Amino acid sequence: MISRRTSLLLIAPALVLMAVLFLTPLGYSLIWAFREEEAGRWGIGNFTKAWAFYSADILFSLVIVTLSAALIGALSIAIAGYLTLGRSPRAVAVLRWLYRWPLFIPFVVAAQVMRTFLAKNGMMNNALVEMGLLTPFQTASYLDWRGIVITFVWKQTPFVTLLLAGAMASLDRSMIESAQNLGAKRLRILFGIVVPQVAQTLMVGLILSYVMMMSVLSVPMMINAQQPTMLTVDMAWRINAYGDYGVANALGFIAYLMTACVAWGYLRKELRDRTGEA
Amino acid sequence: MPGLLRSTLVGLVLALLALAIFGPISNMILWAFTEQWYFPAKLPQAYGFAFWERVFRPQGNAMVSLVNSVLIACMTVVVSLAFAIPAGLALGRGRLPFRVVFLLLFLLPQAFPSLAVHMNIARIFYTIGLNGTFLGVVLVHALQGMVFSVWIAAAAFGAVDRELEEAAANMGARPLRVFFTVTLPLALPGLMASAIFVFLISLDEFTGTYFVGVPDITTMPLLLFTASMEGNYQIASITALLLLVPSVAFMLVIERFLKSDVLAKVGH
Repeated sequence: MISRRTSLLLIAPALVLMAVLFLTPLGYSLIWAFREEEAGRWGIGNFTKAWAFYSADILFSLVIVTLSAALIGALSIAIAGYLTLGRSPRAVAVLRWLYRWPLFIPFVVAAQVMRTFLAKNGMMNNALVEMGLLTPFQTASYLDWRGIVITFVWKQTPFVTLLLAGAMASLDRSMIESAQNLGAKRLRILFGIVVPQVAQTLMVGLILSYVMMMSVLSVPMMINAQQPTMLTVDMAWRINAYGDYGVANALGFIAYLMTACVAWGYLRKELRDRTGEA
Repeated sequence: MPGLLRSTLVGLVLALLALAIFGPISNMILWAFTEQWYFPAKLPQAYGFAFWERVFRPQGNAMVSLVNSVLIACMTVVVSLAFAIPAGLALGRGRLPFRVVFLLLFLLPQAFPSLAVHMNIARIFYTIGLNGTFLGVVLVHALQGMVFSVWIAAAAFGAVDRELEEAAANMGARPLRVFFTVTLPLALPGLMASAIFVFLISLDEFTGTYFVGVPDITTMPLLLFTASMEGNYQIASITALLLLVPSVAFMLVIERFLKSDVLAKVGH
């Protein structure tokens, strides 16, 4: 065992680094959101301006990220569920090998990959035309909100699935097996027994993904070149085009609030569940 | 018969999933080796390595960002580990008051949309002359990787068998000697995993470099972004492919480095 004083000394440099590189800029971002630099005073002017210019983008970001998170949740339950309950060992092995490919692919690469794949004359439309499912005149570009959702789901599903499959693998199999012996269908076992027990892991994975998707700049910039767009693009634009840190930080504040709502909703549910159990 | 129907259905779903995962990637690989691809051709009209030569030309922009990326990633690993190894030791083996609070503090950057923090880091760095410098970019990347490096290091030290340390101590080894001959070698695979993680995070990092590095420091993700926005899909796809290879390789080998005894301790 390392003594208390040595432990504190050992962790101190990392804490200083976090304070300087994270807590300070975070604090600044919260404070500068309320600083109206042109008027030289404090107030909520940045927020009224942000809402007037970007209310559509705020809603757009909310819808995109929520929809993506819902799809990621559904897909990861399906994949992890099959990995846990699937009867064909070969199919399970193939799926286990298959699903994680995009796991560590960076967002900027995923965006480039989808930018060519989903374009009007990209591989997806070409393949659909070749198969006779579409005529060349019916093809449409998916490089809009749908492209962002597809990219997010493609990139983040493996991450949530990995967490979920891990949690499902460590469940007590006896309950699943006794349900199977009683003749319960696998879908019923999945939603009645397995998912409720890994709900916490699922929520943690989805919240982490939610925050990550709220922070990504490259995907909306490269996939969706039109209005409305996501808040990250607006923040970068306010800074690069106008040097306007006030409105940019107000938008950042709104992004914090959006993620805080999700985290708070989760924490409150957890607290209610735990006090309910006691 | 329903059995056959079922396995056909499972096979079909797996095939669709494979298409959804590998379709986009193969489209990018095609672009990386394309010399000519005009609408309405379904496949490239001419393949070749002309754009690869442009990327790997010694004095070209692309080569500079490639070298920058690798340099920055190596420096980030050194900086991260210099902070994370002592912190991991304290969290994994020490007696820390409020241990959970400290552990969660490192997770905090993942709980806030990072872009809003990055633009303020850039503003602060600008006033102290760190914007557009290697050190500035390395620090931002180290911050991004902090939760992984510290948590994995803590788990790696936490998983070291204490009886081996005690045995060494009983035979008269001093604490520092025990650390360097027993604890550190046993924690090494975990620390390697942490180093690889940080390397990869730095290699792939976009937003922080976008705010802190430009215009002086370009890395591969920024090169990829610029090339793609300019419509130069070959250069963008070659860069994407170069970034894809280490990511996929890491995905395939991660379980070899992160043993389950360490993995089970991450975040605990």
